[in-house]
Amino acid sequence: MKSLDELREIRERMQSQVSLRSEDHTQTRVVVGMATCGIASGARPILAALAEAVQEKKLDNVTVTQTGCIGLCQYEPVVEVIEPNKEKVTYVNMTVEKALEVVDLHLIKKEPVIKYTIGAVTDSAARRK
Amino acid sequence: MYRSHVLVCGGTGCTSSGSNKLLSTFKNELVNHGLEEEVAIVETGCHGLCALGPIVIIYPGATFYAMVKEEDVAEIVSEHLLKGRIVSRLVYTEAISEDGIKPLSETNFYKKQHRIALRNCGIIDPSCIDEYIGTGGYEALGKALTEYTPDDVIQIITDSKLRGRGGGGFPTGIKWKLAKESKSDQKYVCCNADEGDPGAFMDRSILEGDPHVVLEAMAIAGYAIGANQGYIYVRAEYPIAIERLEYAIKQAREYGLLGNNIFNTDFSFDIELRLGAGAFVCGEETALMTSIEGNRGEPRPRPPYPAVKGLFDEPTLLNNVETYANIPPIIVNGADWFKSMGTENSKGTKVFALGGNINNTGLVEVPMGTTLREIVEEIGGGIPNGRKFKAAQTGGPSGGCISAENYDVPIDYDNLLEIGSMMGSGGLIVMDETSCMVDIAKFFLEFTVDESCGKCTPCRIGTKRLLEILNKITSGNGTPEDLDKLEELSYHIKENSLCALGQSAPNPVLSTLSNFRSEYEAHVLDRICPAGVCKALMHYVIDADKCKGCTLCARVCPVNAISGKVKETHVIDQDKCIKCGACMEKCRFDAIHFN
Repeated sequence: MKSLDELREIRERMQSQVSLRSEDHTQTRVVVGMATCGIASGARPILAALAEAVQEKKLDNVTVTQTGCIGLCQYEPVVEVIEPNKEKVTYVNMTVEKALEVVDLHLIKKEPVIKYTIGAVTDSAARRK
Repeated sequence: MYRSHVLVCGGTGCTSSGSNKLLSTFKNELVNHGLEEEVAIVETGCHGLCALGPIVIIYPGATFYAMVKEEDVAEIVSEHLLKGRIVSRLVYTEAISEDGIKPLSETNFYKKQHRIALRNCGIIDPSCIDEYIGTGGYEALGKALTEYTPDDVIQIITDSKLRGRGGGGFPTGIKWKLAKESKSDQKYVCCNADEGDPGAFMDRSILEGDPHVVLEAMAIAGYAIGANQGYIYVRAEYPIAIERLEYAIKQAREYGLLGNNIFNTDFSFDIELRLGAGAFVCGEETALMTSIEGNRGEPRPRPPYPAVKGLFDEPTLLNNVETYANIPPIIVNGADWFKSMGTENSKGTKVFALGGNINNTGLVEVPMGTTLREIVEEIGGGIPNGRKFKAAQTGGPSGGCISAENYDVPIDYDNLLEIGSMMGSGGLIVMDETSCMVDIAKFFLEFTVDESCGKCTPCRIGTKRLLEILNKITSGNGTPEDLDKLEELSYHIKENSLCALGQSAPNPVLSTLSNFRSEYEAHVLDRICPAGVCKALMHYVIDADKCKGCTLCARVCPVNAISGKVKETHVIDQDKCIKCGACMEKCRFDAIHFN
């Protein structure tokens, strides 16, 4: 290593890894339901994809974590985005592709993806009936 | 990319309670569940709560699992890591509140702590230089080399009012300035990692948990005073610290953070380890340097001070591990940031090793000026078995005992001296009412008698005589004159010893004499030991009202000291009694007491 820039490069690369270990409560939390129902409907690759995307895009204020059964088993995989001082947004029937869309639109551009939220999905299901 | 990190403590405390087995079990379980690509296992340094080891922390969320056993690992992996359900039966009980799991930083043990020297311990993988860099490591060295002159660096350290954390509390900036002003082509930077005080282990934890911080700080010191070679003198009893330091030095060399032309400047610096063979006196600066030179570790008179004539007769800067651990944050955050913490003349924080009669034994780092009460009652979780606080011993064999009267004195360098103790390296041994203060003084004197190097007479013979008087008192043969003799001899040793070992050796005696004189008097005048520790002064007696004359005690007495007829009160012959306690243990009527 010959320059401070090289040092800072390593630092930036590592920061997203190490910042996972911070305990900051002003963070946005992305929670994936990982009970048996969630895992059975494919929550694990979603969790992994979310964690990877958040680290890759250096979203230092976002923590990806998991939880047990949220109680909406027929809508699994469920992903919740909890921003400080805001209403929780619950996304249902998620896939890896949808999750990455949520990262781009909701987490980065701050525009919740309404069509994947539980409200939109249950509404359209009701209409079909 | 990992979504979750499992931090397993690899400090000496947790390693001895089996954390290395946990590591391999975790790895196997992760593979069994196909999680090895998603979850990282990190072996860290000490988290501080050694009493609850082995400790496992899972991020995100900082779930703190305590006393984890090998057989618990499968459950943690399948429940927590796979399904996201916290295994609450293993969570540190302090961290469980009515509304679920509390963050670690809100538990009593961590709430009042402020971690600067220990900031990375238990958070990063000490064997990974990238993780150290990821938390801002080596930024201070880069900043110092490219933005500051050596004088600037010394000015920042001086302005921060940092004082040596190894014992004496000498202002670090002044030490650096003196070493810089000495003219020589060859200078050295040394690190004192010969942590010898019984009960103190903060330096070991820093070396084990964050070895790069010491390397970085030594390089900064080398730049400031104009040295190109550093030595870390670490005791051979710290094998984990040595292994991690060696690895850290290797990594730093590979990255060019040690070696020639660091950060493309003309500053070059390298570090080597020297292992101490375990003599306490080698923690004294002149003895330490003599030992690095390859000679028998004995002190020599000062002046000349090391800053003028030290290692290999060249100007040498010597600081303690914890002092170095404060340097990089001061360079990065500035002197004002550091000065904002602490008291008037003691800035920053201090690490204490809590031990003795206290619930949370372990390492704590608190701002200077925190009271003993806060440390013992709040952070330390109080004294077990509902007993009362009697005294706290600080500063190891060089320090003294603080009595309950000074429970609320803010702890800093000057206040501790005023109440007859000293900061020392930060060992803090808590004692409850079952501790005898004469016995404590004897314990430390036994230590210094063993560790006196023998070079000067006051220390070699004086401490031995002190111990003999203490033995006389605890064996019930003391006289009131002995107390005066203790005092007089103590002052002679302090005045005339060659180095700090002898100069401070009588402190445990003097401080217990002044703070607990009545207890000494009880030993020599009334021939009793109020705490019930000194066996020679204790008697077992049978309470005539309670004794039913069952003869059980007489039958278990190994020396036939108990006599009495069936259904009549029994009596103990004090001349025969060897105070083994067998009778008291066996008595079914609670009739035998110790007084």
